[in-house]
Amino acid sequence: MVEIILFWLFSILGIAGAVGLIFNRNPIYAALSLIINFFSIAGLYLSLRAEFLAVIQILVYAGAIMVLFLFVIMLLNLQTEEKAEKFDAKRGIAFLFGLAFAAEMIYALRSFASEGQTPLAAQFDYGQVEPIGRSLMTSFLFPFEMISVVLLAALIGAIVVARKHTYT
Amino acid sequence: MPFLLYTGISAYVPLFLLIIAGIGLGFLLANLSVILGPSRPGIKKGLTYESGMDPVGTGHERFSVKFYLVAMLFILFDIEVVFMYPWAVQFRQLTQEFGMFPFWEMITFVLILFVGYIYMYKKGGLRWA
Repeated sequence: MVEIILFWLFSILGIAGAVGLIFNRNPIYAALSLIINFFSIAGLYLSLRAEFLAVIQILVYAGAIMVLFLFVIMLLNLQTEEKAEKFDAKRGIAFLFGLAFAAEMIYALRSFASEGQTPLAAQFDYGQVEPIGRSLMTSFLFPFEMISVVLLAALIGAIVVARKHTYT
Repeated sequence: MPFLLYTGISAYVPLFLLIIAGIGLGFLLANLSVILGPSRPGIKKGLTYESGMDPVGTGHERFSVKFYLVAMLFILFDIEVVFMYPWAVQFRQLTQEFGMFPFWEMITFVLILFVGYIYMYKKGGLRWA
């Protein structure tokens, strides 16, 4: 019962955040709506028993990625967008693609719902934090260490690129 | 190896209540003064206080690109935390099985990134000027 209530709560909040993202003309408000969406998706991950993903969703997406989005908005100094009234070709094509995607999603969800499956993450313990920590330290030890090298490369790359642009 | 910590999303209800209470309290306290306090704005009241400067331009000034570098560095160290988190959760069990090996493993991980930190520090990535 609690799970169903929470599912509906997070679903409605998530959709509300997404709708707010699209319909807000002020880019900052749109980005903040996206945060609501991210948090609701984290809640949905929790209900799918993917706890690690839920934490990462908040830590990385709602935290770091949103900082980047907001910084881009503030760097470019985006103003409130003018309302586009006319229905041009680009919007028509976007609408068609959206419709096709919606139809696809409805088809996929209908075929899935009839089987009454439990979430995949729940079947295999994939989503929980403990198996991930364990496999990082056992079977994926080398990739784990390699990640630090990749991050190091990204770190140095970011500094080199950014400094070249700021100080020439 | 069973991981029996999961007891359903109901286990997180206290967390959700805490979040709701936090947001609610924040909104309440921020708006309570508006509701309860007297509000009589006037031209004189809106002026800059005493010898303060008159505001110039808008409040939406363009940010410097330097902030973006800080944001990117933040993301990189944030991702480091992503890998520390499952390690820290499993640390006790892992040390029981492998001794101090997981500890040194993470030390290596952090040390490699620390090289990047030193590079960033020496290059003045955190310097403001």
